[in-house]
Amino acid sequence: MIMDIKDIIKPENLVYQKTSVLTDNAMHYCPGCSHGTVHKLIAEIIDEMGIQDKVIGVSPVGCAVLAYNYLEIDWQQAAHGRAPALATATKRLYPNKYVFTYQGDGDLASIGTAEIIHACSRGENITVIFINNGIYGMTGGQMAPTTLPGMKTSTSPYGRDTSTMGFPLKIADMIAMLPGVCYVTRQSVQTPVAARKAKRAIAKAFRGQEQCKGLSFIEIVSTCNSGWKMTPVDANKWMEEHMFPEYPLGDIKDYLQ
Amino acid sequence: MAMKGAIVVDIEKCKGCGVCVANCPTETLALHKEVNGKGYNYSYMANPDTCTGCTNCAVVCPDTVITVYRVRV
Ligand SMILES: Cc1ncc(C[n+]2csc(CCOP(=O)(O)OP(=O)(O)O)c2C)c(N)n1
Ligand code: SF4
Ligand code: SF4
Repeated sequence: MIMDIKDIIKPENLVYQKTSVLTDNAMHYCPGCSHGTVHKLIAEIIDEMGIQDKVIGVSPVGCAVLAYNYLEIDWQQAAHGRAPALATATKRLYPNKYVFTYQGDGDLASIGTAEIIHACSRGENITVIFINNGIYGMTGGQMAPTTLPGMKTSTSPYGRDTSTMGFPLKIADMIAMLPGVCYVTRQSVQTPVAARKAKRAIAKAFRGQEQCKGLSFIEIVSTCNSGWKMTPVDANKWMEEHMFPEYPLGDIKDYLQ
Repeated sequence: MAMKGAIVVDIEKCKGCGVCVANCPTETLALHKEVNGKGYNYSYMANPDTCTGCTNCAVVCPDTVITVYRVRV
């Protein structure tokens, strides 16, 4: 028997809806951009943990600069790359709040390299969410420290030549060796399975702040389909084929209970 | 026990990215040939009978514009 759709679409049959921690503002991100999916996961965790009035986010410079328009929580917006410094001050002033930064790879792995390394070295009790899409999205798809060897960008139109442009900077692997860091994991959000795993990782990092063991770092291997000049679905496939071998998914360090 | 589902897309907020379509395990979804106010071919249930209400499309939708309903049949 085939049921009428009207008999299914009833409040008592609801199994998934947008969390109220996400605002009703339409996101400015390009269609299919990973940023929106990660915002949603963070919002759902805040909702499920019941910490909407206990969490403070620090948004970056980059496409996610306007993240404060999309999550109904307290926010600050840092100068380019300086989110970990602002989060340091915030957490020290409000040790009972859950404090996180949300940063792209241009922001975190380029102009902000010093800030992230030293926040990790100091063992600040914050969570860092690192969106690695391999380029500078907002400014037009320029090469980033994270760009893959051979990858074409607007500033490496013939592909990244490692003999003159260096190699991808693997910040997650680098900071995992620092004793101030308690949890480092690399995740992605292009499939439902991946997104659910990434959500569990972010939730673990937020809860981990209660254990005061240091900095938790979640890299999300992401796409910038506009900058990569692909459709969103093709960009997700390209990421699986090309980004994952260079940035393998999984836990790198886990000192949390 | 079988599950029967249905989704509701916030048509004006859908950006037609197709990520939900690619991740629907039952090939229920497709992008409509009509466009919304922003010019995007929005997602819809092209084969409503096959939807199981698994929520996969809603979980991966970057703009969180899908609501999912499910019943046991
Ligand atoms: C001090 C400073 N230098 C440079 C810029 C220009 N700028 C804006 S966004 C950006 C890079 C953003 O790339 P990423 O962090 O990877 O984020 P995405 O846009 O890809 O999400 C740069 C260099 C700036 N706004 N401020
Ligand atoms: S430019 Fe890239 S990173 Fe920025 S919103 Fe578009 S897809 Fe996302
Ligand atoms: S994933 Fe969301 S925004 Fe993209 S086509 Fe599907 S419903 Fe529309």
